[in-house]
Amino acid sequence: MELHILLIFMIFAAIVAIEVKDLLSSVIAVGAVGFALCLAFLVLKAPDLAITQLVVEILCLIILIRATINKDLPLVIEGRWVFNTLSTLGFIAVFLLFSWLALRELPRFGEPIMEVVKKYLQEGVSKTGAVNIVTAVILDFRAYDTLGEATVLFTSVIGIMAILRRPGRKKNNEK
Amino acid sequence: MLYFLCLILFCVGLYGVLRKRNLVKMIIGLGIMEYAMNLFFVLLGYRFDGRAPIYAKDQEILNMVDPLPQALVLTSIVIGLGVTALVISIAVRIYEKYGTFDITKIKRLKG
Repeated sequence: MELHILLIFMIFAAIVAIEVKDLLSSVIAVGAVGFALCLAFLVLKAPDLAITQLVVEILCLIILIRATINKDLPLVIEGRWVFNTLSTLGFIAVFLLFSWLALRELPRFGEPIMEVVKKYLQEGVSKTGAVNIVTAVILDFRAYDTLGEATVLFTSVIGIMAILRRPGRKKNNEK
Repeated sequence: MLYFLCLILFCVGLYGVLRKRNLVKMIIGLGIMEYAMNLFFVLLGYRFDGRAPIYAKDQEILNMVDPLPQALVLTSIVIGLGVTALVISIAVRIYEKYGTFDITKIKRLKG
């Protein structure tokens, strides 16, 4: 029941974040969505995810506020308003139709299949020595995935440095 | 029902990406879609009356929730941070060059 309330709150906060005029208010609303997601992870018995989501959400908020503060939002006059909205809603309707068809094939909520994970749950402690199975999976059984994740993070840091660098200031001083 | 609410959250993000013309609004829509997908994977692994997948020393725990989606989503959350930071830096750079976040005003990219 509390999951339903959290999800409805997240949907309302997301609509506010998309539709509000002020950019800073929009960023704050998306922060509300993220923290509600953190609470939902706690309800779903995933404490590691809740901690990670909290840290990542705070970092995301800081980056987004840095990008939007002191920036004005000019009043946009929408061209072809009806056509754009109708085509977007059409795409969303098609997506919802196919996802509804796909959802009927999934197992019911609360009764997962647990085929793959049975082996991990039985042998996790004796093979890796970690009592936390999530840690055992990401740092031992699938350690190469975590290595790839670190590679992706370093690549994105290199990309940000290449984009935001201000070149050529020193050369002008030398002239 | 819960799956469907999660998909509606995804659709709100999709509407933001497709319909809005402000770059920051589109990035926010991307973030909302990412949240919805992470939540969907964790919902798939939940079990009624389940426990967190951590063994205690002196008790036998049988009804754990599925730890495999949690491990994959943990990777996905961190990569989402990297994606958001990269896209935001591109948006800041575009604002410095063109003075606007409106994607229809950025005309120099047209051929």
